[in-house]
Amino acid sequence: MELDLTVPLRSFALELSLETGAETLALVGPSGAGKTTLLRAIAGLVRPSRGRISAGGETWFDSEAGIDLPPEERSVGLVFQDYALFPHLSVEENVRFGARGPVEDALERLGIGALAGTRPRELSGGERQRVALARAFAREPKVLLLDEPLAALDAPMRTGVRSYLRGLLRELGLPTLLVTHDYADAVALAGRVGVLVDGRLVQLGTPKELLTAPATTFVADLVGGNLLFGRAERREDGLTEVELDDGTRVLSTDEGSGDVALLVYPWEITLAHTAGDDSSRNHVHGTVEELVALGNRVRVRVGPLTAEVTAASAERLGLRVGEPVVASFKATGARVLGSR
Amino acid sequence: MRRGFDLLLAVAGTLALGFLLLPLLALFLRVPPGTLVSELGSRVVRDALVVSLETSAIAHAFILAVGTPVAYLLATKRFPGREALIGAIDLPLVLPPAVAGIALLAAFGSRGLLGGTLSAFGFTVAFTQTAVVLAVIFVASPFYLRQAIASFQSVDPDLLAAARTLGAGPLRTFRRVALPLAAPGLAVGSSLAFARGLGEFGATIMFAGSLRGYTQTLPLAIYGQLDQDFDAAIAIGALLVLVSVAILVAVKLLPSWSSISPFRFAPSRSS
Repeated sequence: MELDLTVPLRSFALELSLETGAETLALVGPSGAGKTTLLRAIAGLVRPSRGRISAGGETWFDSEAGIDLPPEERSVGLVFQDYALFPHLSVEENVRFGARGPVEDALERLGIGALAGTRPRELSGGERQRVALARAFAREPKVLLLDEPLAALDAPMRTGVRSYLRGLLRELGLPTLLVTHDYADAVALAGRVGVLVDGRLVQLGTPKELLTAPATTFVADLVGGNLLFGRAERREDGLTEVELDDGTRVLSTDEGSGDVALLVYPWEITLAHTAGDDSSRNHVHGTVEELVALGNRVRVRVGPLTAEVTAASAERLGLRVGEPVVASFKATGARVLGSR
Repeated sequence: MRRGFDLLLAVAGTLALGFLLLPLLALFLRVPPGTLVSELGSRVVRDALVVSLETSAIAHAFILAVGTPVAYLLATKRFPGREALIGAIDLPLVLPPAVAGIALLAAFGSRGLLGGTLSAFGFTVAFTQTAVVLAVIFVASPFYLRQAIASFQSVDPDLLAAARTLGAGPLRTFRRVALPLAAPGLAVGSSLAFARGLGEFGATIMFAGSLRGYTQTLPLAIYGQLDQDFDAAIAIGALLVLVSVAILVAVKLLPSWSSISPFRFAPSRSS
């Protein structure tokens, strides 16, 4: 699928150029970034002011050539955020609504054969999602579009559905574009992730690329990094010294000057009771403000930083909320992201 | 003090209910039931019943056939003049029936705006059954249109969008998604419009006259029989009360039937 389009929104315009192959691509962005509008434009429900949309060798929209196919002539499988199942039709009738052939295969693959005669209002959230996916899949679309595929599900269900969905998307093998506000969902489901802010694609790459070289502070924050703001100055020894807004001085091996943002990943921060005699150049003294256990890891908030340590380390240090602690990280672990 | 207020509420309630029910009760108590039934068999009443049913049925068919797409258009599309059109729909509701009658005469009467054109083609509208139908459509259609617009607006736009992305064109989307989902509301509006049309009096008597067996509907027959056969007038009144009550009950019950939509279509398979 090839996209190059402009859609005017209320306070800004969605402007995007994108090429996808037989892959799952996720676009992440805050609400109001234009994610749903993009999917609707591809499906033909919203008309771009200019641009081109083509998929599988067919042109669906071309402002210069005057092409604008109605939604029913575009081969898309759009799964709406709240699924938009027809409440007056049974599961089977829903799936058959747009099907190009027999629906048994779609019902079977999504594991909803037993629900064929049921009305949508009697289904759970997860079941509704499967019906919506089956309905889109039965249409044999050239592109599958998923709008916040996990947002309508309860938190306890999400993890399970996430891995189920990942397997399913791989099995269906359709070019898939999904939008979500949740970076974790994007990474779990897609091979490539694009970050959409205020209608523009600020970065597109693999999750690893986003992590190691975030293009902006927004991307860095999205992928889970700590962001510290201050003024940078070049030192004679080649390091950059950043005076943070609270007065703390931090060293970085990156170059930079003026107002900058510093990125420090939680797993590059070590915690101790006293500033140790190690290779870390940066020490932030503070008190433990929050402890969140995540499986075998613990996220610890110390002042402006969030550190991630193993559960065993947290146990050994006897970390407790309100107790003083020193957070240390190397100058190589502090990346300068340029102006804020 | 509190007891006094409760008493006041009780008195007000009794008064209101009594005032509403007493005339209806009087209608059934004035004449013995046997006489009521036999009066309904009289020529005048039977003629009026036939005229009423015929004209109401034709008018209602027009209201549904034209009003349903118009309501769908107004509910789902944005276009210039839409607000003005929705406002105009309410006009017949507040217009005095006599004004509706004189306005219809001014438009379709022999010396009216379109009267000359119509008679050139050999059509006479005023004081014919066509006039009865037009008068009923004019006063009753807003009841259907208002309810139908609201019903179509309450259909989730995402469902219509979903139907389009699933390959259904605008017509199939309307037929298979919008219509079945709006059906309970449409049925309510249809019932209200039918009730209003059946009782139409003012515009009809001015525009269509009251010719027995031709343009004399049930309400006109009540008026016509007042000084000739008061019992017959009472009998027609009682009949119309029963029809009204039946429609009212149906309208109250309809929402709870909404899961059994009367507009269910067999799902069609697209090739």
